[in-house]
Amino acid sequence: MEILAILIPVSLGLGGAGLVAFLWALRNRQFEDPKGDGQRILSEQWDDKPRPKD
Amino acid sequence: MAELTAAPGFQPRLGACPACDAAPLAQRLAERAEAALPQNLILSLPDAHCALCISQVETALLAHPGVRSARVNLTLRRVTVDAPGLQASDLIPLLARAGHVAHELDPDALSSTAADRAGRDLLMRIGVAGFAMMNVMILSVAVWSGAEAATRDLFHWISGAIALPTVAFAGRPFFASAWTSLKARQLGMDVPISLALILASAISVSETAQSGHHAYFDAAVMLCFFLLVGRYLDHRTRAIAKSAAAELTALEVPRATLISDVVERTVPVADLRPGDVIRVRPGGRVPADGIIVDGTSEIDRALLTGETLPVAAAPGLALSAGEVNLTGPLVLRVTAAGRDSSLSRLTALVEAAENARGRYTSLADRAARAYSPAVHLLALSSFAGWLWASGDLRLALNIAAAVLIITCPCALGLAVPAVATSASGRLFRRGLLIKDGTALERLAEVDTVVFDKTGTLTLGQPRLLDPAAIPAELRGVARALADGSSHPLSRALAEGLADTAPATLQDLREQPGRGVTARWLGLRVSLGRADWLDVPRDDAPTLSSWLAVEGRPALRLDFADRLRPGAEDCVARLLADDRRVILLSGDRAAPVAALARQLGVQEWRAGVSPVEKADAVAALSDAGHKVLMVGDGLNDTAALARAHASISPASALDAARVASDMVLTGQDLTPVAEALVIARQATRRIRQNFAISIGYNVVAVPIALLGLATPLIAALAMSISSITVTLNALRLGGRAR
Repeated sequence: MEILAILIPVSLGLGGAGLVAFLWALRNRQFEDPKGDGQRILSEQWDDKPRPKD
Repeated sequence: MAELTAAPGFQPRLGACPACDAAPLAQRLAERAEAALPQNLILSLPDAHCALCISQVETALLAHPGVRSARVNLTLRRVTVDAPGLQASDLIPLLARAGHVAHELDPDALSSTAADRAGRDLLMRIGVAGFAMMNVMILSVAVWSGAEAATRDLFHWISGAIALPTVAFAGRPFFASAWTSLKARQLGMDVPISLALILASAISVSETAQSGHHAYFDAAVMLCFFLLVGRYLDHRTRAIAKSAAAELTALEVPRATLISDVVERTVPVADLRPGDVIRVRPGGRVPADGIIVDGTSEIDRALLTGETLPVAAAPGLALSAGEVNLTGPLVLRVTAAGRDSSLSRLTALVEAAENARGRYTSLADRAARAYSPAVHLLALSSFAGWLWASGDLRLALNIAAAVLIITCPCALGLAVPAVATSASGRLFRRGLLIKDGTALERLAEVDTVVFDKTGTLTLGQPRLLDPAAIPAELRGVARALADGSSHPLSRALAEGLADTAPATLQDLREQPGRGVTARWLGLRVSLGRADWLDVPRDDAPTLSSWLAVEGRPALRLDFADRLRPGAEDCVARLLADDRRVILLSGDRAAPVAALARQLGVQEWRAGVSPVEKADAVAALSDAGHKVLMVGDGLNDTAALARAHASISPASALDAARVASDMVLTGQDLTPVAEALVIARQATRRIRQNFAISIGYNVVAVPIALLGLATPLIAALAMSISSITVTLNALRLGGRAR
């Protein structure tokens, strides 16, 4: 049962990482334009080089 | 700080996690700084739909010197352009060349950020609750599978350590709303929810401390999660409707051309003062009440009175805001602007009527009203019963908590929002926007439909009745004369004679408010009003214009208002569904009768004043009918607000759109008939959902009352009923696409 002392923190940590990623995405307005983001991936415009940062 | 906490959607509160509060706070400050920067231009792109559109629009805009950045949002069908010093009118032709229709949107009218923030706040709480639910569930599975003694206690303690902060954070919307309703001495749906959350957490802590068998941490977190999902769906439906409605408002950027001593300049309508002199160009809407000082023209009053015939305008005539100037430029001295104008004065009438309708209680409210006392009574009596029977306080409390958790309205909380989301999503795809939360339910009860004529059943755009009535040799002349004017009748004539090549004319001149005149093969030819051409005016039932050629008798050209697409179909379907259809119009009797005959409507009234319209609707309501009013004009506004449910087309006046529950976004009228069908289906689904969740309670409550409920049974009952209800609601959106 000692394995629990390792596995429970590990499972909590993994779940927590998922939560942090979700909150990060929320903060970075990743859910502003779900339809557009899905379509943008089809555009060939920035395939050769990344879009320059403005 | 005081200013920050007063921000909308952000009540002062004690933070469970200070960092959670601090981070969005900082972000909000940053957003505010952004908003203070020079205004971005926002253009609406109604036709954008694919990856190609995105890159075409962005490339076209970025190629223009002065455009710093352009970003398309496909979900909202908008493009935000950062171009200091440029106007929307500079960019719209660019997009037109790239093959995209664009309209300017008023950025001030699109202040949907508050709703955005509330939505993101809810999403964050859902994320936290979902994370906690997964982890607590994993631990609970171990307990359900038979973990014993110290292991079980350890798992319970870890669950508690996750669940308690989660409930405190994710449950805050429910606690806040329960507190508000308690302060108002009412029992809303949120009071039993909050009670169940608090009781479940407290009992679980005390059970864990006494190393008991059952802890309800999983139930408490799951409850939070499902209820938050329901809350979020509800919020999203509203936010989408609100932002689309805001977009309709933002489409009309209200500006006026002010003539001062030195120059003409464009000012916002809100800045107009009585005494200002403004210019109204042909085709423009009169921005404020005023008296004509200079210029002659014709005025279209259809939106205000329902009258289709244009009125001649000359200096001295008083105009009201909302009327449309047709032919010549007019100079106007403002007599009343903004809040004092006749457009705004109608608002009082609308507000009075809306109060009468505000008494409608939604199905969810009615369910909550019956539900909350019943649940509290049940939990209390089970507590008292078990305490009396066994004398064991701990057991009695446990059972009371189990009853509260099992009866907790997870499914009930999802029943209405899930259906509303799928129904309004389906209607939105068809071109109908729902502005009001209870509109769907009210729409389902409708048995009488009252239509306005001009602008609603018809487009308010005339059409040449019979091109063959014009002698062949004169058609080219008529076409050429019509091309010389932007008057609606001229444009209709040009459209009706689109196949004819225009004749060559000399000296083409338009006399604003009268007509067009020119020379053709040395003969004087004119197209215009009867009184201008010295033709004895007859009482023609239709819209008409006259074509005069020197040496020949003048020829009357008849026009009829164009039927809105889908109008015939819509009325036919309503009649087939056994609904009473009534036509009320402010127009003259002849065109109304003709339209009624064409559509097969038996009941119609012409020459109805705005107050009579509202009274007619009120009389129908008093007679026990549930009236749906469909109208677009200022003369319909009071009736729209008075009716049980109301729809207005997007071309309607702002005041009419504000007064109605639903807005047709397209030109087609068919969605009105479909909306009635979908609304009935949706209400049926809501009732089914209530039945399902009550059914689950009927099975699960006796188990809880007998003290046989375990956390496993509670978790199963809760999740299965929530999922069934959601699936049942989704059936509505999926079928018959």
